[in-house]
Amino acid sequence: MVKIFIPADTTSCALGADAVAKEVTLQAQNRGLDITIIRNGSRGAFWLEPLVEIEADGNRYCYGPVNPSEVAGLFDAGFPGLCEHALLLGQAADIDWLARQDRLTFGRAGLIDPLSLDDYKQNGGYEGLNNALDMSPAEIVGAVTDSGLRGRGGAAFPTGIKWRTVLNTPADQKYVAANADEGDSGTFADRLLMEADPYQLIEGMTICAMAVGATEGYIYLRSEYPKALQVLNQVIATAEDANLLGKNICGSGRDFHIHIRVGAGAYICGEETSMLESLEGKRGLVRFKPPLPAIEGLFGKPTVVNNVLTLAAVTTVLAKGAAYYKDYGSGRSRGTLSVQLAGNIRRGGLIEVPFGASLRELVEEFGGGTASGRPVRAIQVGGPLGAYLPESQWDTPMDYEAFTEVGAMLGHGGVVVFDDSVDMLAQARFAMEFCAVESCGKCTPCRIGSVRGVELIDKIAKNENKSASFELLEELCETLDQGSLCAMGGLTPMPVRSAIRHFPQDFEVSSGSGVER
Amino acid sequence: MSELQTPLNDLGTPRPREALTRVSLEIDGQQVQVDAGSSVMRAAALMGIKVPSLCATDSLDAFGSCRMCLVEIEGRKGSPASCTTLVEEGMVVSTRSDKLEKLRRNVLELYISDHPLDCVTCPTNGDCELQDVAGELGVEDSRYGLTGSNHQHAVKDESNPYFTFDPSMCIVCYRCVRACDDIQGTFALTVDGRGFESKITAGQMESFMESECVSCGACVNSCPTAALEEKSVIEIGLPEKSTVTTCAYCGVGCAFKVETRGDEVVRMTPYKDGKANEGHACVKGRFAFGYTSHKDRITTPMIRDSIDESWRQVSWQQAIEFTARRFREIQAEYGRDSVGGITSSRCSNEETYLVQKLVRAGFGNNNVDTCARVCHSPTGYGLKTTLGESAGTQAFDSVAKADVVMLIGANPTEAHPVFASRLKRRLREGAQLIVVDPRKIELVNSPHVRATHHLQLLPGSNVAFVNAMAHVIVTEGLADETYIRERCEIEAWQSWLNFIRGEENSPEHLQSVTGIPASELRAAARLYAEAGNAAIYYGLGVTEHSQGSTTVMGIANLAMATGNLGREGVGVNPLRGQNNVQGSCDMGSFPHELPGYRHISDPEVRGLFENEWQVKLQPEPGLRIPNMFDAAICGDFKGLYCQGEDIAQSDPNTHHVEAALKALECLVVQDIFLNETARFAHVFLPGSTFLEKNGTFTNAERRISRVRKVLPSRSGKEDWEITVDLANALGYPMNYSHPSEIMDEIARLTPTFSAVNYAKIDALGSIQWPCNEAAPEGTPTMHVDEFVRGKGYFAITGFVPTSERSTRKYPLLLTTGRVLSQYNVGAQTRRTKNTAWADQDLLEIHPVDAEDRGISSGDWVGISSRAGDTVLRAVVTEKVQPGVVYTTFHFPLTGANIVTTGNSDWATNCPEYKVTAVQATRVTQPSEWQKQQAVFNRQQKAFLDKARRSGV
Repeated sequence: MVKIFIPADTTSCALGADAVAKEVTLQAQNRGLDITIIRNGSRGAFWLEPLVEIEADGNRYCYGPVNPSEVAGLFDAGFPGLCEHALLLGQAADIDWLARQDRLTFGRAGLIDPLSLDDYKQNGGYEGLNNALDMSPAEIVGAVTDSGLRGRGGAAFPTGIKWRTVLNTPADQKYVAANADEGDSGTFADRLLMEADPYQLIEGMTICAMAVGATEGYIYLRSEYPKALQVLNQVIATAEDANLLGKNICGSGRDFHIHIRVGAGAYICGEETSMLESLEGKRGLVRFKPPLPAIEGLFGKPTVVNNVLTLAAVTTVLAKGAAYYKDYGSGRSRGTLSVQLAGNIRRGGLIEVPFGASLRELVEEFGGGTASGRPVRAIQVGGPLGAYLPESQWDTPMDYEAFTEVGAMLGHGGVVVFDDSVDMLAQARFAMEFCAVESCGKCTPCRIGSVRGVELIDKIAKNENKSASFELLEELCETLDQGSLCAMGGLTPMPVRSAIRHFPQDFEVSSGSGVER
Repeated sequence: MSELQTPLNDLGTPRPREALTRVSLEIDGQQVQVDAGSSVMRAAALMGIKVPSLCATDSLDAFGSCRMCLVEIEGRKGSPASCTTLVEEGMVVSTRSDKLEKLRRNVLELYISDHPLDCVTCPTNGDCELQDVAGELGVEDSRYGLTGSNHQHAVKDESNPYFTFDPSMCIVCYRCVRACDDIQGTFALTVDGRGFESKITAGQMESFMESECVSCGACVNSCPTAALEEKSVIEIGLPEKSTVTTCAYCGVGCAFKVETRGDEVVRMTPYKDGKANEGHACVKGRFAFGYTSHKDRITTPMIRDSIDESWRQVSWQQAIEFTARRFREIQAEYGRDSVGGITSSRCSNEETYLVQKLVRAGFGNNNVDTCARVCHSPTGYGLKTTLGESAGTQAFDSVAKADVVMLIGANPTEAHPVFASRLKRRLREGAQLIVVDPRKIELVNSPHVRATHHLQLLPGSNVAFVNAMAHVIVTEGLADETYIRERCEIEAWQSWLNFIRGEENSPEHLQSVTGIPASELRAAARLYAEAGNAAIYYGLGVTEHSQGSTTVMGIANLAMATGNLGREGVGVNPLRGQNNVQGSCDMGSFPHELPGYRHISDPEVRGLFENEWQVKLQPEPGLRIPNMFDAAICGDFKGLYCQGEDIAQSDPNTHHVEAALKALECLVVQDIFLNETARFAHVFLPGSTFLEKNGTFTNAERRISRVRKVLPSRSGKEDWEITVDLANALGYPMNYSHPSEIMDEIARLTPTFSAVNYAKIDALGSIQWPCNEAAPEGTPTMHVDEFVRGKGYFAITGFVPTSERSTRKYPLLLTTGRVLSQYNVGAQTRRTKNTAWADQDLLEIHPVDAEDRGISSGDWVGISSRAGDTVLRAVVTEKVQPGVVYTTFHFPLTGANIVTTGNSDWATNCPEYKVTAVQATRVTQPSEWQKQQAVFNRQQKAFLDKARRSGV
């Protein structure tokens, strides 16, 4: 029996993986070949998807990107045996794009069957929890603190401090809430993790629960991730059956249950306090802080709210030690950054590298420039609320502090590339529009200011009252920045201001209506 | 520490729940010390520093949305909101800086860019927080201009009869939503859409009237702009003057500001410092004051010799002289005891006191009774017997410390809505609820409130229930024996223990009687007994039974046996139906008791009054109301002075009542309307509404509050003046120039009131009696160290089933109650726009019983009992259990009391309103009685119209 690996994650399927799998099945049947198709997840090299792998002489060989129409040809050439074919890429390690990465979190992505607990365990899974079960809560928290791990959702708050706060807040009930409402444009790392290596999230949450004394956990999953939902439901059930979740986990005498809640399509519910409101069954409305969720979170109880990647990273910290994890990175940004390279890019996908790499390295060396072949003009990092970086800033090392210094942010690691046809006034307008569409509507700067922002930029585009409009737009940005209740309104000025500052020529409009350049 | 300036009216955020320590900080260069847990905004407001804000108000928790109240704090980044930032020791705060001013102006400009700028034509011009803040910051218009997106054309919701919602004025501060959630607890409002599309909406995108909104007005009160506005303000204009007074509806006794413009009431708004309501209100008190200026008001005295002839309008002097002459003639012919008086729980303490004084001193007998006879007289008897005082034991705010609340035969969301809101808030905080009621009342299951146990007992089985509870408590070892040994009579306890332990009181034995599954009852008993703080609240579902007094004693037994008396969070709390039930009882309205519940037969007490009143008093108790009716029918009782009470509608067995009234030779009715009773009257003395007189009301928590005259009396006399005139005309001199003098007399004569006077009530806002030397500022919690009677008394409470039970002829049990929008006999609320919610009494019937009879919702249904028949419309609902039907008694056209019987409480004669065996059948026309009433009403209306045409 030959094992064939064909990814089943959302991106691969969007690129035709299901059709490829169907064709492989058909061809094997027609040829009377005994095969097993394993639906793994993507390795993150989306530009190679659908990436079909076979197991031969104990190694995995990759073919890709495979078009369904090419499957018959592959079989003709000797597939599923190792065969010479134009699509053969060699072993994963031969693919430079993958080999150059440091995969601490995404090491198993693509390698394993996401639903297989055995696969997970055989590849280092649950070592972290095993270690954690032998440690005191304070020791677990200590390890996370020592690792230097910071929140991967965007705010980069030190995870150990957050956990310690929850641990030290006395309460009859505590919660762990995994933020899987991955809403930033151009991001997909959470989804890939949940679809390609889902037990890692479950294990991370369980370690967190052991550390802070929580007995209930929630995964707040955006509704746009139906495949992830399916996968998570299955692995939670499997973990429960294996006594890795539920009552008396691994005989430790400690309980932890995980529930999934699916969002309803609001970007703002990725903001942690809105997410808590939504988890409670209420409108996704931002709460003011303090009180911090770590003290008064879900249902008013101390709650760890962590991004999927943060919780995943914890398994590495506990399995391999804080020092191992801390060894990666630069400055105060320790460990690895999961960059999601998207937009107008030739070789897009998930790139996990230590903090400190430059944007240029990522976009040019990994990404290979734009898909359109035109020069890169602007790069937006950190989602729709992140800054647009001009070429002069592309050598900035990717760590939290360095980015803050240049008026930008890493956020959740989304990198969206634009070529020279981009209209930065339109992008600035889009930032305001995005805020207007996604604002929860609680605080005034965000609720009304975002709408006025769109209107002002339209006025600028029409050359109406130009200098007054610019002045007012800057005051509006200041009001949003300083007056908003949460980061949604607070960060909206970032893309707007960066567009104006770095691409002023796009705002120079000749007389008459409409945008001309 | 520098002298504090005057605190602001609105401190922005509420007082911290539990302030354990004080914190010192500096704000704008001044030192201040405030409770830990206070917001920076509150601390500033206490110093008189106003930080601009639009979403904050001290009746609601901080929300942090408007971003106007930003401040600077040394050592902190940015500009935190002062409403959501808590004070910390040593904090240094600046509320003003150029940067902050600019930020605030910029935020305000955003508000104004989506708000109409025609302040001059706005109904709230001069009473708008947005306008105030704009004024403070000097912002007149918005640089964003008026061409952008806005909500100027949003459609108004005018569905509610009392207020409008104009979304174009809305600043989306959520105050209305939060008020509906946190204060009222109805959760009728929400925000639909998000961002700029956020819009306040009622229910599921419904109009306010279609939604679950109960029109309490909390949203209107909290709105900072004209978005939610009283229609009366839009029609009349903003008020010019405000007077604090006490609501004349239910026994909660809410404090209100009556806001007037000229001689017109513009609106009534709940008074924040009112301790009974803490700034909350319900649809009746808040909005239903239109009756006070209704065209049906009678403002000229009228007399006639017979009820078969027209009224004649006369002068006050003629009316008083006519009355005095007729009473003297009757007494001369039929004897001293042939006349009497009835006081009303709707009148003030002073008025009630004077009527009983008139009867005892002027008529020379003790034939005085009060409408409390037909509602809470068993409370008086039961609590006096067991605890020693005829009153509830707690202040309303005690419920905030209760862990378990047991609600027996009370429906506070309908009848005591403002207390219900407090209760719901406590339940949302986690207290548990046991509902004991034959019906699925709202509190059994409503938004964010669910009763842990609903003991759905059968009407008439209260004593069996209360005994079964006690049985479980003592046999399962849940009684608080330390408390009992210390606080109660041991002998009585022992004999009660022997009684209650008996198997005949076990829940298993009694479940066929009560209909409550034994296991559920046991669970409820354990919950109550083991609560920590368990409080009982009860209503007329307890008292209006043949064993009403027994149940009250049984309730007191439960509280004593579990140690749940004498501190906050516990107690036995009767929810009084009318505004001054407590007061009318306190004032000696009962035939056997002088003010302060002292028996008329006690020569020492009598001596005290004889000395003050300068008259000899009769030592024998006089007639109770039902005795008066019986005596009238027998021909022994001929003259009745009835103040502010509509016995023809409110008392049971209408046929009997009407026969008695017709037998009277002189019935004097003092009221604001020609009520049902007045149709049988010979003298009509036009009274004044609560807005037109001075006095005091005493609410269910013994709180004495001032009623203040806001408008001139339409009839020219306050009610106490009428009684004074009548006494003088009868030859018994009364001489008071102000009700405060009457209160001074009450204080001189009544030990529990000895330190009460108007000046003190004005100074303290209100006083809970006992208020005397021992408790100069009143007594919020009673029986703290010992019971008023010394040791608590466990009364034996044997269950005796009522004779009123379902039979083949009358297979259903009818029980009665109230709806939120209507009040008592409806004389007031029927004459307001509250009829938009309820304009008739409806018969609730279970689907099973309805199907058996072919009845659908909306059908005319005849109900008949051994006392009488009436017809009303049916509503088929599972709120009632099979075998039980339910209606209200608000509408004279229905005359629910035509079917209720003459059965009454063994101890107090309180009628058994809550149990009547009836049959219900589908019919097509009104009952015979209703047809006769229609004829009689037409005739009486013609008599009134003729008098009005003729004039004085």
